[in-house]
Amino acid sequence: MTQLFSNLIKAYGDRRDDGVIQLSFTLPVEYGQKAKQIGKIFAEKLGLREVNVTAVEKVGDGFTMFVVYGHCDVVLDVDKIDIPVVEFTIYSREEVDTLIGKNIGRKIKVVGACTGFDAHTVGIDAILNMKGFAGDYGLERYRWFEVYNLGAQITNEKLIEKALSVGADAILLSQVVTQRNIHKENSLDFVKRIEEKGLRNRFILILGGPRIDHPLAVSLGFDAGFGAGTKPSEVASYIYSRMLELKDR
Amino acid sequence: MLKIRYDRKIVADSREYAAKIAGDIYNRFIRGFSTDSIERTTLRFLGVEGATSLGQPKVNSVVEKVKKNSDISLGVLLAVAREMAVSGADFQSAVNIVSDGTLSSIPPSREALEKAKNNIKRLAVLKYEELAGKRRKREEFKKSFQPQKTPLRYLIVATGNIYDDVIQARAAAEAGADIIAVIRSTAQSLLDYVPEGATTEGYGGTYATQENFRIMREALDDVSKKLGRYIYLTNYSSGLCMPEIAFLGAFEGLDVLLNDAMYGILFRDINMKRTFCDQFFSRMICAVSRIIINTGEDNYLTTSDAVERAHTVLTSLFINEAFAKIAGMKPEYMGLGHAFEINPQIEDSFSLELSQALLIRHIFPKSPIKYMPPTKHMTGDPFYSNLLDAMFNLASKMSNQHIHLLGMMTEAMHNPLIMDRYESLKNVNYIFNAASSLASQIQIRKDSLINRRAQEVLSKAYELLQKVQKEGLDNAISNGEFADIKRYSDSGKGVEGVYKKGKEYFNPVFDILLEKTGGER
Repeated sequence: MTQLFSNLIKAYGDRRDDGVIQLSFTLPVEYGQKAKQIGKIFAEKLGLREVNVTAVEKVGDGFTMFVVYGHCDVVLDVDKIDIPVVEFTIYSREEVDTLIGKNIGRKIKVVGACTGFDAHTVGIDAILNMKGFAGDYGLERYRWFEVYNLGAQITNEKLIEKALSVGADAILLSQVVTQRNIHKENSLDFVKRIEEKGLRNRFILILGGPRIDHPLAVSLGFDAGFGAGTKPSEVASYIYSRMLELKDR
Repeated sequence: MLKIRYDRKIVADSREYAAKIAGDIYNRFIRGFSTDSIERTTLRFLGVEGATSLGQPKVNSVVEKVKKNSDISLGVLLAVAREMAVSGADFQSAVNIVSDGTLSSIPPSREALEKAKNNIKRLAVLKYEELAGKRRKREEFKKSFQPQKTPLRYLIVATGNIYDDVIQARAAAEAGADIIAVIRSTAQSLLDYVPEGATTEGYGGTYATQENFRIMREALDDVSKKLGRYIYLTNYSSGLCMPEIAFLGAFEGLDVLLNDAMYGILFRDINMKRTFCDQFFSRMICAVSRIIINTGEDNYLTTSDAVERAHTVLTSLFINEAFAKIAGMKPEYMGLGHAFEINPQIEDSFSLELSQALLIRHIFPKSPIKYMPPTKHMTGDPFYSNLLDAMFNLASKMSNQHIHLLGMMTEAMHNPLIMDRYESLKNVNYIFNAASSLASQIQIRKDSLINRRAQEVLSKAYELLQKVQKEGLDNAISNGEFADIKRYSDSGKGVEGVYKKGKEYFNPVFDILLEKTGGER
């Protein structure tokens, strides 16, 4: 591999650096003769060259959908991009249980909920409930986790109260509904309340949800964030690793 | 229809067990009880609407005041009748007096009270006729169109703003949708009141209000005329206001309502006594207004495994059918629900799905079965999701489901964009057309996985029905038999809004509905 080019990248279609990307979008324009050109100009304004509008379809009165392909000149130097990642080893459930037993020596207490008006327990249940997700058992199943799953539609305040009353080590906040960024507002509110009470260093704070990723969670003031498809053992491994760090500190 | 083999005797026995299960709940939890929401619905039925100066719906204010100043176990209408009898006020004025909390403390004379009660009874008959007239008008309008081919294509809109919903609904109808459902704002099911007016702010959906119903109905009637195809309107009534929303839906000409106590108990932690009562009353309204109800068994498979626990869906369908019969509903209006949720990575998953879909179609031959698309195994890769939806569409067409919810390739990502809906219709239109008569040309082999699976699911459903009958449905729910979720009869939301009817309980609306529906009770 030649070092000169290896960290500079462009989008890949079928050969290196051709920059081909595909895109679909709808514009509020009437389907008709002009529509295709309007779609093309729109794509060019996005910075695409040699735009090929492959589909122009009427999706409703006054609305036209486009599928376009084009060449994009964006070049990235991947090595120069600083992306926060959660660094920890992922263990199996059995391994996590063994490690906690050996290195922490007590049960780790975890409290979780989906707070605010959000009624979706699917995320928090996948991680905490016995049954787990995709064949990976939830934290309730672990010998060395003590789990309090408060479900959905409880207030941030109540989640914090519960965490304090049981002496939790970690708090899991799940946010599923994202309309008008309600998940970010609610997460910020949660962190603000924690900080106001001077509890920021008292708990490991974890944010989860289909539209959550680690950088977003960190920017909102959490220790870590987990998105769609996260397995319980990943969260368990993270909590263990963080507990170990805190113990050594 | 594509035929499958299963033991019909077990189906008949299952129905008997389900009737006993629902009958037991009717006797212990429903008969002899009323709820806040039933009382509020009664007032709405008699034409009470609008809000107080504090912005509280007037029907809520009246029920609250009766609870505070009088005896709710005798019904809100008795309090209103007493006020009419004492002050000589007409019905609406007496309602306002009760709502203001300035009730007369003098007891009415027996004659005056009887006269007031008779006035309310006459009003109830009048209002019932008004509602029946609306129903007849809607049925005539519907009949002026050619009936659509099944499965009917059901699409959701969920912008949060009723006016944006209208734009999207029109576009969806024009692209081929037969049914438009306006998703409610997240957690409206837990509000113990129905908001008022046209709304433009909602999370994950749009508030169910009378005015929003009216706006959407008007738009869909307009688009029906334009397209020469009747467009059905669906909304959601499950939750703490089930009967109220059922009434508002009936009044504004809705065709389909989600209406399921089991869903509320399991997935919204609503108290079972409360919601079984509310469900009964709301289903009587649906019965007299010929609204199709939809049940939510499909949700069980989002928390339970769709292979191992498939039979719990069937068990619950039998029970929900029995509850609907008690409320006097006809099978033609029981839109029992199930779903295509088996893990697509499992070998022969399609055969298992087809087996389940055929079994349910056969067991409830007259019901407008509601079939839900895959959601649990949708990943965020729209290309793959579109493929799963295609398989779902094929299973639905081959088993001739009635109400077919269109899957969205952006499921689990965001509320559908206008183009997601368009692509979804393109997918379903292709498959329904391509497989138009496929099912009538082929047979399922006697000793096939499809037949074996159907019999297995039926047998397990039957065993579970026996068990539930022995335990009582309330205890079975407490034991986590459904959706792997446990709920208890004395906890949950809305429990404080249930009361035993007193001996002098007065509610002619209740009486008319009981008489007109004449269910198996």
